[in-house]
Amino acid sequence: MAAIYSLYIINKSGGLIFYKDYGSAGRMDTNDSLRVASLWHSMHAISQQLSPTTGCSGIELLEADTFDLHCFQSLTGTKFFVVCEPGTHHMESLLKYIYELYTDYVLKNPFYEMEMPIRCELFDINLSQAVQKDRVALLGR
Amino acid sequence: MIGVGKIKQYSNVLDKPLSKGKQEVSLSAFAFLFSELVQYNQTQVDNIAELERRLEDAGYAVGARVLELLCHREKGNRRETRLLGILSFVHSTVWKVLFGKVADSLEKGTEHEDEYMISEKELLVNRFISIPKDMGTFNCGAFVAGIVRGVLDSAGFPAVVTAHFVPVEGQQRPRTTILIKFAEEVLRREARLG
Repeated sequence: MAAIYSLYIINKSGGLIFYKDYGSAGRMDTNDSLRVASLWHSMHAISQQLSPTTGCSGIELLEADTFDLHCFQSLTGTKFFVVCEPGTHHMESLLKYIYELYTDYVLKNPFYEMEMPIRCELFDINLSQAVQKDRVALLGR
Repeated sequence: MIGVGKIKQYSNVLDKPLSKGKQEVSLSAFAFLFSELVQYNQTQVDNIAELERRLEDAGYAVGARVLELLCHREKGNRRETRLLGILSFVHSTVWKVLFGKVADSLEKGTEHEDEYMISEKELLVNRFISIPKDMGTFNCGAFVAGIVRGVLDSAGFPAVVTAHFVPVEGQQRPRTTILIKFAEEVLRREARLG
């Protein structure tokens, strides 16, 4: 059973620029994934405004009965979030690692246009390596 | 004077040994700069062959300078005059200074006498670059091919140098091969020298 269900990257205006499905549970079609992405973008922004604490940076973890949603927002407003099995550990470090891969293999690629969907072979290769289960366990150590 | 006898005093600046220079630069800084170089050149051209040529020209200027510097720094102001000598100079000395390691392999072409290949499993300039499908066989290694051409040409070995992706069995990523095709006169001279 896969611990991670899916991974999303959304740009600073809420557009989905990367989506990947892992495992069989909760598979979505393109329209649904786009909807989740923009919904999350708005919810994240609203949560920031509603938060009673000052300097809140938005939701980091959403816990539901059937899944957990971990979100990481970079300084430039790009959001990375994974939907995973409830109680999965080390997702923060995985998201940070994915951010690292994004800065290396997407931002340093001269053929990538900012804010556009990510189509980089090297990013895909390194990402699938990172998401492999043992890698997740390794990051937690 | 403090330090006399310990540090040799040179009266003439030309007697000083040339400094080794700073050996390491940030890979990120280089990657961003190279990425910008490619992006800028992309705006100036309307086909891929032209982009390849511009990158090669940018590398050529680097190669010519690197030869000058390394002949002075490493070889006591002498340069290689033989074919195999200059090839191993490129493969080891030049590669080490530019990329921190010697190139993975240097081979002679099997089909043609005048062809040599320098292969690299993962070329430094290509480390972060994924070529989009619609660009076909374009390889940013054209920049490195230009460097090699710059070195060879300035050392008196005119050649045509190109960069190619070569798939490797059992590997997800192809390696990059720098193909060197020497001009006829180089081979004639080489044969005369015996």
